[in-house]
Amino acid sequence: MIRVEKIHKSFGEQEVLKGIDFTFETGKTNLIIGKSGAGKTVLLKLLVGLMKPTKGKVWYDKLDFVNLSKEELQSLRMDVGMLFQGNALFDSLTVEENIRFPLDMFSKKMSIDEKQERVNTCLAKVELEGVNHKYPSEISGGMQKRVGIARAIVLNPKYLFCDEPNSGLDPKTAITIDELISNITKEFNITTVINTHDMNSVMEIGENICLLHQGKLAWQGSKEAVLDSSNETLTDFIFASPFLKKLRNAAAG
Amino acid sequence: MLRELFNSENSVLYHVGKFVMWQKEIYKKPENWSMYYKEIVRQMYDIGIGSLTIVMIISLFIGAVTAVQFSYQLSGGLIPEYYIGYVVRDMTIIELAATITCLVLAGKVGSNMAAEIGGMRQKEHIDAMEVMGVNTSAYIIMPKIIAAIIVIPLLVSLSAIVGIMGGYLASIATGSVTEADYIKGLRSFFVPYNVLMMYVKAFVFAFILTSVSCYQGYFVKGGSIELGEASTRAVVYSDILILVADFIIALVLTS
Repeated sequence: MIRVEKIHKSFGEQEVLKGIDFTFETGKTNLIIGKSGAGKTVLLKLLVGLMKPTKGKVWYDKLDFVNLSKEELQSLRMDVGMLFQGNALFDSLTVEENIRFPLDMFSKKMSIDEKQERVNTCLAKVELEGVNHKYPSEISGGMQKRVGIARAIVLNPKYLFCDEPNSGLDPKTAITIDELISNITKEFNITTVINTHDMNSVMEIGENICLLHQGKLAWQGSKEAVLDSSNETLTDFIFASPFLKKLRNAAAG
Repeated sequence: MLRELFNSENSVLYHVGKFVMWQKEIYKKPENWSMYYKEIVRQMYDIGIGSLTIVMIISLFIGAVTAVQFSYQLSGGLIPEYYIGYVVRDMTIIELAATITCLVLAGKVGSNMAAEIGGMRQKEHIDAMEVMGVNTSAYIIMPKIIAAIIVIPLLVSLSAIVGIMGGYLASIATGSVTEADYIKGLRSFFVPYNVLMMYVKAFVFAFILTSVSCYQGYFVKGGSIELGEASTRAVVYSDILILVADFIIALVLTS
């Protein structure tokens, strides 16, 4: 479980996050949604420690993430995996070397065979076999996402963060990636936080949703609660597309 | 006023302070020495083998030009011709090998490092490593600096040898001095301390060109235009600092 308490983040005069309280639950796919500029990416960066909040607390279970000592932070880092929007795969390394990178860096006691087995297991988990020796530039965008996920889970993390996992993917591949993340969350019982503005993701895997609007928490709930909600910010966001608006109006008769 | 001087990103003092504080992050204990070792070897190859041709070509011509110019100034004078070998040797060892090689490397290796690291920053590679728990300042920068301070003095040594050979070839080809006189000049008035001066310069310049270029790349903000600017700044600042350091080393080591 990750909890943020009264989180504020400012860049100079501009306050991007204005006192957000939210709990990201274990074993669920937690979604941060909102329009561009709502503060989603900033919140995600605060959660993984790439930025520090101006005010407020971030709790990883019982650990005060903002005030951890360097040793505690280092230890916690081993429990964190992240899929970046642009995948952030190292171009000079093969798929296998990319996935093995965290193991090579931190699992000094693991033998080469054990590392190889772990890499193959992760590749199988993301349904991507036989591309071990290809470079990221030689595989498709969807496959790169899978490699990114495989690298994020190679150290068996307790917390998985995904920054816009569906960006740049066709709808079918996007659904597959969503299912993959959802399955991994359930199988390993981890806390998954996904930053997205993809409506399909919201309706498919949104078990615990946090809607940000102008730096504030505008709505929270599950995908089941989305359609019943009368929250204007939420409906504006969900039915922003003219096509969905027409569908809703048609359904309403 | 004083606070602005240190806090404004446009202030030189701000960057000097940030650069000095950053050095503490670079020289921390590595997470895994073998990963760093691999990276050092890769960087040594990139810097050393990658720059070999350009360093040799430039050194050959520098030696040749020095010999031809000095021969022109000697013509009709009272100074013996064998002095050409002596002057080419000392000019190359004391000044040209280290300074010219490192100025060229600032353009080739420095801009490459700034662009590579800046690209990693923009493509979130650095963020990805930080989330994993890697000390990116150490893992990305330290191997480059270690590799540079090992390989660049070797390149400078080679530059000195090739420069002297360039002087020899030019002198013989133009007939300005005989082979025997050139070699006699090379063997005259040799001061081993000058070689020490060359290596001191090589080490200091290697550190300057890598650390300044890496700093420009590591803290780049924005897009491709800013990355291009950072790459240019890496070369310009490295060149200026190399020349300033050259002057200071010359003052200190010859006083």
